Amino acid sequence: MNHWPFIIAAYAIALGGTGAVTLWSYIVMRRAEARADAVTKRR
Amino acid sequence: MVGRIVLLGKSRARKHDGRFPGSKSCTKTRVHAMHIFANPNRFLGIARPLTPWLGWGGALLVAIAAVSGLALTPPDYLQGESVRIMYVHVPAAWLGMGGWSGIAVASLMQLVWRHPLAAVAARAIAAPGAMFTAICLATGSIWGRPTWGTWWEWDGRLTSMLVLFFLYLAYIALAGAGDDRGGNSRIAAIFGLIGAVNIPIIHYSVQWWRTLHQGQSITIQGSTIDGSILWPLPIGVLGFSFLFGAIVLMRMRALLAEARTEARLKRMAEA
Repeated sequence: MNHWPFIIAAYAIALGGTGAVTLWSYIVMRRAEARADAVTKRR
Repeated sequence: MVGRIVLLGKSRARKHDGRFPGSKSCTKTRVHAMHIFANPNRFLGIARPLTPWLGWGGALLVAIAAVSGLALTPPDYLQGESVRIMYVHVPAAWLGMGGWSGIAVASLMQLVWRHPLAAVAARAIAAPGAMFTAICLATGSIWGRPTWGTWWEWDGRLTSMLVLFFLYLAYIALAGAGDDRGGNSRIAAIFGLIGAVNIPIIHYSVQWWRTLHQGQSITIQGSTIDGSILWPLPIGVLGFSFLFGAIVLMRMRALLAEARTEARLKRMAEA
């Protein structure tokens, strides 16, 4: 049995999943901090 | 909910800021050390510069480990090429278990010492912890097909890891429900502590129930894996751990920013 399709699938899930959650967390953080700064400036 | 935590954090930090009464006691010194980061502003002062270092450093180490694991290490004499899945599977397993250990410690700090950032930290850990547990299950299943001839087996290690994934989902739901009610999510913290019972079960499952999953290959005493195959693994573990840390810090920063917005809007509405 050729193992490489399994290896590629495992790496795609691991690296893709980690990358997606990292990017999602970054976007959520930037939006939340931008909103907090905007509300703080609004007097 | 978190807004209240932030305000409490400021007052508590002021109370303990370098002037802890009766600091001769060892316990009080430990509590004092813990409350150094109780002030969200002090925490953010460290978290903001640390986040990109952890993120980019982690990405670089993971890239090195992935390239090394795919191209530079030899195939295993028994498993063949599929051994390369270990370089993503093992870090994911350790971080899945480590994440829940972090939730348990943060829950203890929330319940016993009422540390104002503990609930925020526990909530921030839950999503990446669940993700790494899911990655561990998926990559393990993919490795199992060419190696064991099956995608899944109701083996002690696999089943206890699946239980951990469900525990994460339940924790996320409980923490979210506590947030909606405006409470301090004490139920989620208690659940976080009780759920920690599963961690030693996962760890010792390969000794208690000797089924399909192999026993421990890496212990404090050493490793049964040959050095020529093993060396990218610690790089991968460190890289994924850095990324885990970066995700937790980003999620904590987002939760604190949301709390700041909520508190500010509330003050504006009251004025």
